[in-house]
Formats: sequence, C-alpha cells, structure tokens
Amino acid sequence: MLPLRTVAKRGGNPSLTPVAIWLTKVDRFGPGVMFRIDFNKLRFLVCDDNPHMRRILRTLLHSFGAREVYEAEDGATALEMYSHYVPDIVITDWAMPIFDGLELAQMIRQPESKGNPYAPIIMLTGHSEKRRVTVARDAGVTEFLAKPISAKGLYQRILNVVANPRPFIKTKTYFGPDRRRNTNSAYMGPERRVGEKHEVLQQPSLLDKARSSI
Amino acid sequence: MAKNSARDIEVTAFATHQIITQPNPLRKVLRRVEEKDMDDPIGRAEQALAGLSGEFKDWMTTEVNRLSAAYVAIRNDGFTKDRRDELFRAAHDIKGDAATFGYPAAAGIAESLCRVIEHAPDLERVPAELFTHHINAILAIVHENTKLDSISVSAELSRRLRKVADEYLTHVNRDRPEHLEMILAPSIVPGE
Repeated sequence: MLPLRTVAKRGGNPSLTPVAIWLTKVDRFGPGVMFRIDFNKLRFLVCDDNPHMRRILRTLLHSFGAREVYEAEDGATALEMYSHYVPDIVITDWAMPIFDGLELAQMIRQPESKGNPYAPIIMLTGHSEKRRVTVARDAGVTEFLAKPISAKGLYQRILNVVANPRPFIKTKTYFGPDRRRNTNSAYMGPERRVGEKHEVLQQPSLLDKARSSI
Repeated sequence: MAKNSARDIEVTAFATHQIITQPNPLRKVLRRVEEKDMDDPIGRAEQALAGLSGEFKDWMTTEVNRLSAAYVAIRNDGFTKDRRDELFRAAHDIKGDAATFGYPAAAGIAESLCRVIEHAPDLERVPAELFTHHINAILAIVHENTKLDSISVSAELSRRLRKVADEYLTHVNRDRPEHLEMILAPSIVPGE
C-alpha cells in the first residue's frame, strides 16, 4: 500500500499563507497574553481509512496554515510513516482495518522504542460513548474529538497539545500523558500511584473536553 | 522537530511510577503577537469546508452504497467476522461523516445500526427487518434530502428507528448487565 502524502505548495493556494497565524489566550501564560501557532512549522500525520474524512482533515489543516500533512489509510501504514516522517502531531481515526487507531496509539507509546513515544495523539472518531473515551485515554491518547468534525473542535485540540503539554507517566501498565488533569479532594477510591504528592495540571478531563466543543 | 534529546528529559521516580518531564518540544511554533495581527483560522477553515460542500452529496452516495453492498453480502452469504466488520465500519463512517455532509438524521440512524451490530448477542438472530429498515431509511434520506419537507420526516424516522432498536437491544441484553449499561449510557455528544 502506497503512503499518501500531501504538502501544500508555497503560493499554490491563496488560503495558505507562508506563516499560519492565530492569536489566542494560552492559559499557562496568564490572561490577555496572545499567542499564535505557526502551523507551517508543524508536521501532521493523519490516519483514517475513509478517503472523504482524510480530504476534510487535509482541507482543515491546510486552511489553518499547515503545509506538511502526511496521510495513511490504515494503522500499519501510519506506523511506518510515523517512524519515517517523525510527525509533530498524529490525528487518527479509531475504527480501521488491519490495526486500528487504538492499536496505533499503543504502538507509538512504547517507552523503549527508537522512535518518538511522546508525540501528541488526537483521536478523531465516530465513537461517542464514555467508555470509549476512557479506553482511548488508557491507550495514551492525548486528546479525544468526537465526530462530526468541526474546524473549531479540531483547532482547539491542536492548540491544547501545542500550548499545554502534560508530563508523561510510566507505570507497569501505562505509558502516556498524565491522565490526571484535576485534583479531586473528595476522591475515595484506590490510589494507582504511591510515593509522594505531585503536581496535577488543572485542565478539563478528556471526557469533559470530548463533551464540549464538538 | 518534535523530539527533545535524551538529556532534556527528566525522570522522577516514585514507588509505583515515574513522572517524565521535558521542555515543550512544540514551543517553537508558539509565537507571542500583537492583537492587531489577529487572524481567524477557524473561519478560514470553515470557509474551505464550505467550498467542499458541492461534493458532499456524491460522497454520501458512495458511503450509503458501501453500506448497502455490505448488507447484501451478508444477506446472500451470512455473517462472518469480516462481513460483520465491514457492515459496522460502513455504518460507523456514516455515523461520523453524515452530519458534516448535511445529513444529520442519517447519522442518527447509522448510530442506531452500529449499536445493533455492537450489542446484539447473536447477529444471525436479529430480525432482518431491523437491518433493512435502518439501511433503507438512510438510502431514502440521502436520495430525498433535496425535498424541503423531508427534513422533519427524516428526524422523526431516525428517532423512531432508534426507539425500536433500543427496545430490541434492551430486551435481548436483559441478562447481560455490562451491555445494558452501555446501551443505556448517554452519549458524550451534546444533543443526541
């Protein structure tokens, strides 16, 4: 299976500027501080077996200003391309033939691998059940975006992985971005981690984010 | 660009886990800017998406034909894992794409069909009408969508099919609490 590659040519499309511009508030830098993402410096890997969804994703990413968007139509091809192109951000569907987006995430999140196990993974999927969000989170997925896709939803997920990366956690059974985004003083269940108190990022949970801004 | 060198990575070990921190490898793409330089990439992307909308009808037709073919294969030769998976993926793609393509009611019906495929304990014993009514409804919505009065009919059709499918699934899963819980759990997508 041939890998698909689309790279916007400079000046080829009037909607693509050499420097992608966006201004926004990035929480960590305090209120009123404005930042933009230079999308043209980001390399994306998009994995979806549906050619229509790949076209939509490519269109959205190029409109944001991205120039390097690599495309794969199954998990196996995506994994090869991941090693070869070393993308900054992976956007993957869940349900795909050969091996799916969840398995792709698990293959990328191999702490001992020679490749980069830390790249942000955005799971873009038609699945819309709470348990799926939990399964994706436990596979090391960074952000979850339920279809139908929107420009705003996709942009927000990208902004978050660029501006607010989380530390990684390695346990016997998990390697991936910190799954704790909030402290919960009322939590009564068993503790998965023992040792010492540590900082917890104040961010909406993956489920809360999946519920909002679809 | 996204990978830091090994010496930038800090590992703090605890009894049961390690916390791995590193400088943000994507920090170089973030740039502080003046407010006057504001731009609207989301608006630009929405505009580009609207530019594709002329192709959505054809795309949707391709998707429903794939769904229809997947079911014809099952009707002719029975369920196998591959045929079941193809039917599920075809329905699942419509569930995810149809609203973007302008067919939200078709997305709802496809979701209902996905639930039947996922949660029926034995697909061979699912009444054939439950499959054909879902698939025919999606076909009808796609073919009749240009009629103005069809929108509310489509939404009603979607609602009723979901109700029938849920009643069936609740009944056949009455002794499978883990499936029952998933069937009755609310969707994370607002408005569903």
